[in-house]
Amino acid sequence: TDIFSVLKGGGSTLLGYIGIDTIIEQMRKKTMKTGFEFNIMVVGHSGLGKSTLVNTLFKSQVSRKSAGWARDEKIPKTVEIKSVSHVIEEGGVKMKLTVVDTPGFGDQINNDNCWEPISKYINEQFEKFLKEEVNITRKKRIPDTRVHCCIYFISPTGHTLRQLDMEFMKRLSHSVNIIPVIAKADTMTIEERQEFKQRVRKELEMSGIEFYPQKEFDDDMEDKSDNDKIRETMPFAVVGSDKEYQVNNKRVLGRKTAWGIVEVENPNHCEFAQLRDFLIRSHLQDLKEVTHNIHYETYRAKRLNDNGGLHPISTNGTHDSNL
Amino acid sequence: IFCLLEYCTGYVGFANLPNQVYRKSVKRGFEFTLMVVGESGLGKSTLINSLFLTDLYSKDYPGPSQRIKKTVQVEQSKVLIKEGGVQLTLTIVDTPGFGDAVDNSNCWQPVINYIDSKCEDFLNAESRVNRRSMPDNRVHCCLYFIAPSGHGLKPLDIEFMKRLHDKVNVIPLIAKADTLTPEECQLFKKQIMKEIQEHKIKIYEFPDTEDDEDNKLIRKIKEKMPLAVVGSNVVIEVNGKKVRGRQYPWGVAEVENGEHCDFTVLRNMLIRTHMQDLKDVTNNVHYENYRSKKLAAVTCNGVDTTKTKGQLTKSPLAQMEEERREHVMKMKKMEAEMEQVFEMKVKEKKQKLKDSEAELERRHEQMKRNLEAQYKDLEEKRRVFEDEKNNWEAQQRILEQQKLDASKSVNKSVSQYLAF
Repeated sequence: TDIFSVLKGGGSTLLGYIGIDTIIEQMRKKTMKTGFEFNIMVVGHSGLGKSTLVNTLFKSQVSRKSAGWARDEKIPKTVEIKSVSHVIEEGGVKMKLTVVDTPGFGDQINNDNCWEPISKYINEQFEKFLKEEVNITRKKRIPDTRVHCCIYFISPTGHTLRQLDMEFMKRLSHSVNIIPVIAKADTMTIEERQEFKQRVRKELEMSGIEFYPQKEFDDDMEDKSDNDKIRETMPFAVVGSDKEYQVNNKRVLGRKTAWGIVEVENPNHCEFAQLRDFLIRSHLQDLKEVTHNIHYETYRAKRLNDNGGLHPISTNGTHDSNL
Repeated sequence: IFCLLEYCTGYVGFANLPNQVYRKSVKRGFEFTLMVVGESGLGKSTLINSLFLTDLYSKDYPGPSQRIKKTVQVEQSKVLIKEGGVQLTLTIVDTPGFGDAVDNSNCWQPVINYIDSKCEDFLNAESRVNRRSMPDNRVHCCLYFIAPSGHGLKPLDIEFMKRLHDKVNVIPLIAKADTLTPEECQLFKKQIMKEIQEHKIKIYEFPDTEDDEDNKLIRKIKEKMPLAVVGSNVVIEVNGKKVRGRQYPWGVAEVENGEHCDFTVLRNMLIRTHMQDLKDVTNNVHYENYRSKKLAAVTCNGVDTTKTKGQLTKSPLAQMEEERREHVMKMKKMEAEMEQVFEMKVKEKKQKLKDSEAELERRHEQMKRNLEAQYKDLEEKRRVFEDEKNNWEAQQRILEQQKLDASKSVNKSVSQYLAF
């Protein structure tokens, strides 16, 4: 009995240590060397704390408004797309984080079609990637500017979603992963927050809007039960802050009001910690995968079917499309 | 009440006048109309409930915020509040749907229409001959709710306030102020006031009084504009005291605590000190604006505009006379027109009747002729028939005669035979 037959028999006890499990370590080393990219888009009308939240999420000044308040900035007349990239490092792992901001969204008196510039931007990134992929001599690593995650900020009215919210999410939930969050959650008491969340979830369900993590992409039972728990608590009610205060001999990020300090990372105060864990610590890779395997592929298929394909010439000189 | 005026030797008693006015007013009761404008979810209904310590909007009668609106509506609710023998008829005008659609162009138009229509009602009531009951439903104050973004005013805020600042007293408020920290609130207020000045928006100004003490208070209020408010009717216990507030995991935001928000300032200003002034400004400034514009427009209709320049300065009585004359003339004209129309119709009808009469006559003639023709026909037929009858009779006679002759001859032959 040689080693191979044992393995073929269904993997019972190995007669010696082979070292297959070191592949994980090898992968890790490679990833650390190459680093990875993550592109996050924030959408919501002005004054909802988008920039502050992004800064809080990544514990650094990565947003467009990196230097505190930019109060004298006028509201732009049309929606603009501004993206800012930073490379942040943690534990030897490098991440190129790009934050795409959308000032002007929902701020005008007439907000018809204000989602179009955003939709256009997302499709442009897909197009860029597609062009690179279809090239004959491809780069070793195609630069990935596709939007992996879109955080949509819901205004904490306490009543229901606004018409603009529904319109936006309906139109974009099929091209990008949308994660709705309730902004400035320190406006609501705990009961108000629960009621509001329930109403929002019901409305989203009734309109057939699938936010990330989408039910249809759950791989297996384990994933499904994990994601179900997350879907039950979404949308996360968040508070952002980049100021620190002393609470119980600890330095915490928070907002100081006359009646108390709102601690951003305290799960009893708001759900920021949950959002951060979900977004960064557990589902970051999944966000990228869903974007690549599903949203990008949908775009690609549509593109190729519509225009009869792009025109590459395959390496053996024939005009067979290698698509 | 003792009057210690220097120049009065003896007590006259007109110092009691304020009391008399006061007593009469108390008997009559007061009216006040308050309008609240702002996007849904800014706590307008809660604030109204907190201000007047009533449940104007409750679970049984949910406010407009709980009902989904497709277009901007203007709804009014009346409530009678009694306190210390004084009776206040409070009308709250709510504007659900404002600013909630994707396209909010002209969402201020229903609001403007409402305010104008109330002024028009008052104008008509004032101009009537019988003015016994003149209810005052004009909007005395408009509370405009600004969302606590912390940045500045939105284009919609600016547009709305610009269009309404010369029609009604606009008081801007920062809603849900417990979202902002004290520093953020300060900066936000400054930014808002700066933008209000930039766009030349005229918000309600507190009048200066002769009293220095009052002026100091007023100055303090002015510094705090726009007022940052929090509303709640839930009573919570804090340090053994029962207060109205909002309970968060990190503390309780007290509604009536001056350090937490400006609610008490708003309430005192709106109800306890400046309610009458708001009504006066509405009456003297906004209503008069409306009235002069309206009346000038009426006299301009159909008249040479150069002439109206002089007419605008005529006394209101003369203008009313003018209006009455015009009205009478208009009535006369309408009457004449109606008469004309009536005459025309009568003529038409007569003509029609004549026509049908002629028609009937004609037919009658026709039928008579037909009958005569038929009669002649019949006569002819009868003659023919008579002739035939005569012929036939003649023939019969001949036949008879022949038969007789024949029988005679037979008899003769028989008798001859027999005689043989």
